[in-house]
Amino acid sequence: MTPDRIPGRVVIVGTSVGGIRTGQALRAAGYTGEVVLVGAEDVAPYDKPPLSKQVLVGDQAAGDIPLLGPDGWSGDGLTPMLGRAAVRLDPIGKQVILSDGEPVDYDAVVLATGAHPRNIPAPEGYLVRTVRELRDSEAIRAQFSSGGPVVVVGSGFIGAEVASSARQLGLEATILEALPEPFARVLGSEVAARISRLHADAGVSVLGSAAVARVEPLADGTGVVHLADGRRLPAATVVVGIGVVPATAWLADSGLDLDRGVLTDEYCRASGAPDVYAVGDVARWFDVRSGEHRLVEHWTNAVEQANLVAHNLLHPDELRPHAKAPYFWSDQHGLKIQMVGRIHPDDRVSFLRCATTAGDKDVALYSRDGGFSAAVVLGWPRAVVACRQAWERGEDLAQVTGRLAALSTTAIPVPVG
Amino acid sequence: MQIKADVGKCQGYGNCVDLDPEHFDLDDDGLVVLLRTSVDEAELEKSGAAVRSCPVQAVWLADDDA
Repeated sequence: MTPDRIPGRVVIVGTSVGGIRTGQALRAAGYTGEVVLVGAEDVAPYDKPPLSKQVLVGDQAAGDIPLLGPDGWSGDGLTPMLGRAAVRLDPIGKQVILSDGEPVDYDAVVLATGAHPRNIPAPEGYLVRTVRELRDSEAIRAQFSSGGPVVVVGSGFIGAEVASSARQLGLEATILEALPEPFARVLGSEVAARISRLHADAGVSVLGSAAVARVEPLADGTGVVHLADGRRLPAATVVVGIGVVPATAWLADSGLDLDRGVLTDEYCRASGAPDVYAVGDVARWFDVRSGEHRLVEHWTNAVEQANLVAHNLLHPDELRPHAKAPYFWSDQHGLKIQMVGRIHPDDRVSFLRCATTAGDKDVALYSRDGGFSAAVVLGWPRAVVACRQAWERGEDLAQVTGRLAALSTTAIPVPVG
Repeated sequence: MQIKADVGKCQGYGNCVDLDPEHFDLDDDGLVVLLRTSVDEAELEKSGAAVRSCPVQAVWLADDDA
């Protein structure tokens, strides 16, 4: 380590999981300089996965999902600057400018501003919601308490979890997908059919080829969702989950290379300026494995990149590349759905049913020319660990199948779908 | 340091096992199993990263006398 190349003051912009975990990882690695966290929201940092699940159904509240340790900011050795968004980055003067004009000096800066949810054209008022911040989730919970029906726009994982939460509360729920096959854009047709069945069995109405034309507000606060083909659905709450846009608008004149995110190298160092790093939903990092820049909008990716950036900040001569297996989970109707790897549209999909001490477990394996692309595991976390290890070691389909067989008493192929 | 776990909180996300398979494993029910609880100085980075990667804070590090 060369101490003169270690930054004296690190400013982290963003107080969601990527930002907070970067600060904590710096401290855990023994960093003694100042670590400043800039956050637009003036609330204690909270974790986001429960916003579409436990917070919506009332099992957890704001205080139950902290990102800081038990002793808060000071316990974690972090200096908060909350309630003002970062509006500009000056990489020449090495300053982050806040919304009231105050400059914050840095020796190194970590961009962790996440992403904003996309929305549909919505009438004024509270009828149409997105889920990104705690207050969004709290507002939807309040609306849910006065009853359904709930209409979810988009068959992504956030929408699927919101529909699941609505059903858990006994509310009527519908998922609308503009494409013909719900859930298929990410998972492919075979697994999508399985997920559609899961929702149908739980009483969710899942509609494909259901593009929203407009949402009509009614005088009583509810509304009507008009579909492009003329169908109409009554709604007490409309929740939109149609993806997110990386929060880079504030970096427009920074000189950084931006392309649907902040472009970084494989070490999460931003292109276009020195001493600037990016993690999480805002970072489009160079993936050595595929030779392309990629953006992965998942919790675990943000945490992995946080650890990586903390290491790379403190060890400029021993840089580590980001090369973990993409991984995320989703909890829907009591089933844990966990996905590892990267699905290609032309992958072959096979299902394996594995007998375990905890019952039969199904794994969908995606492959191309015998190579292992991805796995979707239904309710069997132990298999997920094996799939992640296999993916990172570049194992082929036969090797992954062998790993799963070793975890089960029998592992037999079952019909797809 | 010592690794502590609250199996009741564990949701089987498996991030701890992915980052530190020397200390952590999952059983067939998807619940965390501690293979070893003591963490020496050289293991602290790995085990610390594993603990911070738990989405539900079901595992944590405590001082040896805690």
